[in-house]
Amino acid sequence: MSQKKIIIIGGGPAGLEAAYHLARHDYNVTVLEKDTEPGGHIKKDLTLFPDFANAGEIIKVLSGKMAHPNIELKTGCTVNELSKDGDKWFVKSNNNTCYSGDAVLLATGFDTFDATRKEELGYGIYDNIITSVEFENKLKEGKILTTEGNVPQRIAFLNCVGSRDEKTGNKYCSRICCMNGVKLAVSFKELVPTAEAYCFYIDMRMNGQHYEELYRTAQEKYNVTFIRGRISEAAATYNNKIQLKSEDTLAGLPLKITVDMLVLMVGMESSKHTKLLSWQNGIMGEYGFAASLGINSQDNLTKKEGLFLAGTCKRPLSFSETISDAGAAAIQIMEYFKTHI
Amino acid sequence: MEIKKHYWNEYQKEIADNNYFYERSCIRQTFFPGSEATFLKILRQELGKKIVDDPKIHTCTGIGYHSDVVPFDTTMTICARLFSLMNGAELKNYVPSCVTSFGIFNEVIETWKHFPEELEKTRENLRNATGREFEIPENIAHPSDIIYKFRKELKLKMKYQLVNKVTGKPLKVVEHIGCHYSKIFSEASIGGAEFPHVLAGMIEEWGGEVIDYPERRHCCGFGFRNYLVMANRGYSIANSKKKFESMKPYKPDFIVSNCPGCAMFMDKWQYTIAEMEGITYDNQGMGIPVLTYEEMTGMLLGYNPWDIGLQIHQVQTEQLLDKIGIEYDQKDKYIGKSGNYLGVPEKPKNLRV
Repeated sequence: MSQKKIIIIGGGPAGLEAAYHLARHDYNVTVLEKDTEPGGHIKKDLTLFPDFANAGEIIKVLSGKMAHPNIELKTGCTVNELSKDGDKWFVKSNNNTCYSGDAVLLATGFDTFDATRKEELGYGIYDNIITSVEFENKLKEGKILTTEGNVPQRIAFLNCVGSRDEKTGNKYCSRICCMNGVKLAVSFKELVPTAEAYCFYIDMRMNGQHYEELYRTAQEKYNVTFIRGRISEAAATYNNKIQLKSEDTLAGLPLKITVDMLVLMVGMESSKHTKLLSWQNGIMGEYGFAASLGINSQDNLTKKEGLFLAGTCKRPLSFSETISDAGAAAIQIMEYFKTHI
Repeated sequence: MEIKKHYWNEYQKEIADNNYFYERSCIRQTFFPGSEATFLKILRQELGKKIVDDPKIHTCTGIGYHSDVVPFDTTMTICARLFSLMNGAELKNYVPSCVTSFGIFNEVIETWKHFPEELEKTRENLRNATGREFEIPENIAHPSDIIYKFRKELKLKMKYQLVNKVTGKPLKVVEHIGCHYSKIFSEASIGGAEFPHVLAGMIEEWGGEVIDYPERRHCCGFGFRNYLVMANRGYSIANSKKKFESMKPYKPDFIVSNCPGCAMFMDKWQYTIAEMEGITYDNQGMGIPVLTYEEMTGMLLGYNPWDIGLQIHQVQTEQLLDKIGIEYDQKDKYIGKSGNYLGVPEKPKNLRV
């Protein structure tokens, strides 16, 4: 086995996948995960788009790889400090434990956008306005109910909450919300076929394999209505429904609709730990994400030798893109050891 | 609900404690002639504050500016002259009665902050036109900010509360914030653009219950060109109608506003809608009374309703006075300040009075 040791900060899909590749090539890997269980955000998902793969099964497979003898997984371990001294990297965790390694892979992922920042959308103020994460949780429980305990008969999904939005300072696209919205609308219609589902969008970015097909299926088979327009305001009505104001920009008309539930498709933001550790090492890029050397090449490298990036700590990525990126990061780390030491 | 409070905490502004320079509104003295006098009385007599009411004040150009007939250079120079008057009174805290003026001053000062050359140009323009110099106020507060700031002190002096005398339940109040108070510069308001707290804070402190209806944040419909261009008035009334329809199911006892235009339009359009369509938005066919925040404060302090100008309203306010149990003499309703009889207005056809 190689004597080289790699510390991976983050036990989400990127961290787990990269750890496994490195371990299989005889590197000694320590994965530090802040939660009590590995898996990252997909722990909260029921299915993944576009094929409705069971998220739990995928986590099981990824977590199972952590049984590799070259991997040590530390959960409940929040990293507060990352620094380099000579050729060694040092990582300090919340319980004052210090880890050292020859290279570090930052896989600190993303945080979901805090929807309370979009005050006009009423999240946290009115009942029955929830985020896509909360909706997915309800799907996991197998029932979608309003706070009054009723099955919603009319539901709206709003894309780009905290993405492509100058007001919140997030001008970028979060990449996954359009497809995720389609997935959630279809999942809802499977549960409640008689209900009406509306998706409000700026434009539908169906940029992955089978995305466009699912978008079409949502319209043709599940009768989901897609409206091109942002919601400008959501407010509760007298009978605790949600009144939405928007504009149908295709029809060129203002639109007002009352729904039983509004689901806000919250975008991705740089995670707290991505910001902290990037800042400590001078690699913080736009919007607080970690900056690689270049998006078209050297995308897993940073300007600090021995510090690598994988997954959504760099920018919003889908699950499949994250997995591919983690593999690429593992290769870059192995190349680094071959050429530098 | 906790989150709402959290928002409001983020949007707190500094409001001067004393020594104010008051700028009266161009239109309020016609629409609600007792309101400004009531504000001055509250500040001087109830709160013991110093406030200068300078007869030399003039327009801020707000209506002309928002109607695209006054260029911004002129607006900045006119505002500079008003600041110069404040400097002349040796005061630093500017208090414009009108919400639009409040928005204009914030816009002008923000412009000067970002474009210092505009400030220099304005200084030169004012010097050339009047020989005056000016300094920017240290603090700009709308009068509703000041009433909000001292709402607890005022409560101790109040004779009445926003409570139904018979049922003992809080009155249900629609609060309407003028767009130019918080929608232009949310940080200049109490509570921000989405959940302004300036009127809600008064209502809650004084025993009432704020109605959170779907069109709460919608414009009253004044919108300057909406109303000033006669052909556009349909847009104006359509906006008010949308709000009335949205608030109706909550059965509001009255509406309160901090904007001259909003209070006027929400009051007068109820008459127009009643005459045009035979519709009112209450169960009695009398309409929903619309008060300014000064009238609301004065009413609760026990001022004579006819001294604060409630008889000038289109929707009659006796229904509200009776609910609270406020004493008034119907005989004095149309006696003017001079003691002369003013005459009784013609009765509307549909709106009950």
